[in-house]
Amino acid sequence: MLFRTIEELVRLAEREGATIAEVMIAQEMAVTGRSREDIRSQMGEQLDVMEAAVRRGTEEEVRSNSGLVDGDARRLMAYIARGETLAGADILRAAAMAMATNEVNAAMGLICATPTAGAAGVVPGVLFAHAPRLGKTREAMIDFLFAAGAFGYCIANNAFISGAAGGCQAEVGSATAMAAGALTEMAGGTPRQAAHAFAIALKNVLGLVCDPVAGLVEVPCVKRNAMGAALATVAADMALSGIESRIPPDEVVQAMYRIGRMMPATLRETALGGLAATPTGLAIKERVFGGKALTANQGRSDSRGH
Amino acid sequence: MKYRSVFDIIGPIMIGPSSSHTAGAVRIGKVARALHGAVPTRAEVTFYGSFAETYRGHGTDVAIAAGILDFDTYDPRIRDALKIAAQEGVEIEFLIGDDVPEHPNTARVRLMTEGTMTELVGVSIGGGKVEIVEIAGFPIRLSGDLPTIIVRHVDRYGMIAKVAQVLADHRINIAAMHVARKSRGAEALMTIEVDESPSNDVLEAVRVIDGITSATRLTL
Repeated sequence: MLFRTIEELVRLAEREGATIAEVMIAQEMAVTGRSREDIRSQMGEQLDVMEAAVRRGTEEEVRSNSGLVDGDARRLMAYIARGETLAGADILRAAAMAMATNEVNAAMGLICATPTAGAAGVVPGVLFAHAPRLGKTREAMIDFLFAAGAFGYCIANNAFISGAAGGCQAEVGSATAMAAGALTEMAGGTPRQAAHAFAIALKNVLGLVCDPVAGLVEVPCVKRNAMGAALATVAADMALSGIESRIPPDEVVQAMYRIGRMMPATLRETALGGLAATPTGLAIKERVFGGKALTANQGRSDSRGH
Repeated sequence: MKYRSVFDIIGPIMIGPSSSHTAGAVRIGKVARALHGAVPTRAEVTFYGSFAETYRGHGTDVAIAAGILDFDTYDPRIRDALKIAAQEGVEIEFLIGDDVPEHPNTARVRLMTEGTMTELVGVSIGGGKVEIVEIAGFPIRLSGDLPTIIVRHVDRYGMIAKVAQVLADHRINIAAMHVARKSRGAEALMTIEVDESPSNDVLEAVRVIDGITSATRLTL
């Protein structure tokens, strides 16, 4: 094991004069015994799945079974094409591409979890919005995914990446921080700057709860991925400008972990609190699942499929 | 380290909507199926914690059924798994457990084919990764990072040595090993994590040892 914290990751990259992506690849080779080519080729397959999902979500009419997801990615892309945006086309394209992935996910389509399915939009959204504009090759995009993976690896092994364990801060929050760090590196930032972008992004999602309406990975998950992509872009720009996080990245991860441990179960993917428990959230649940919906401490046996 | 590979973070490639409630659930079902070794005629699945509250929204029931049918996380047939299970004569019942589990995403899976039953408890820890925490009533802790051999045997002296000798003869290195028993002289369970995936010949050589009930290979 070459690194397990972000500080170790950055120090290793600085010492070797390597990128974060290269350190991640070296670690993967050491841990699995696989060749560099084999590992890069598998990451290429993940990239292809991400690209296909972004394309499907931005070009096709994607609808989930519940009807709660119905083509917001295309809506935003059409708005960008009209040329009169407030936030700017690139950041909105990242948001739209993030939503595209999550819409395909909600429709039980094929996606690549990064680090989870509910947060699968942020990393590809940021990547596919910025890579073409920065003139990046396919190999550079594969490096972006290794860098994102390195940051996610440190969160997963020191805190958590599931909403059920640590709330949305652990899912979309982790994805946002991973994307911020990887984007900084892809844009030419140093490993240290990438780590600051990671910390700045994660600090701004601390405390975010996981409260999926009707237990579906749709509301508010899809739009939170859009905002995660926007936040990651701004955090990367801040770090590239020379702004540093006053709280070191690993301490932000620890804070995220402690906050998650304090979060009540109702706000950790049980669909019992937060937006899921609003009058509209409950009405949606009733409409989607009708009388068959189970609530806490009620109706204990259920039989389906035969 | 719970997550060893970068592809635990950038991956898996999967059918949505949830890595823990869909992909992880497929994997728990798949482990149960591998351990059972055959298509069951009946399955009982009990959900706990967040699984119990949100399994419909995330398609956790469909996903576990897909795993029991031995589908992969990226198989588009996952969507129709309940229908396919019914067509293949697999009766699946879903139950809600009241116990508060150690981890919020926990499922108990019982697979039955006339006379034989396989039972395990799986936990979906996030991002599609799972751990098996109980097999046939024996508490274990299995991450599936390495190929694993599950051996059911009689609790008596020499069993570990005999199994280890078979592995040594086939030049298979043991990375970790755990033995549990229900009571002295009764049924026992060995979980052996190894560096090289054991061939069918190796498993057969373990099975013929006197006192061994079964030997199964698992990859999570």
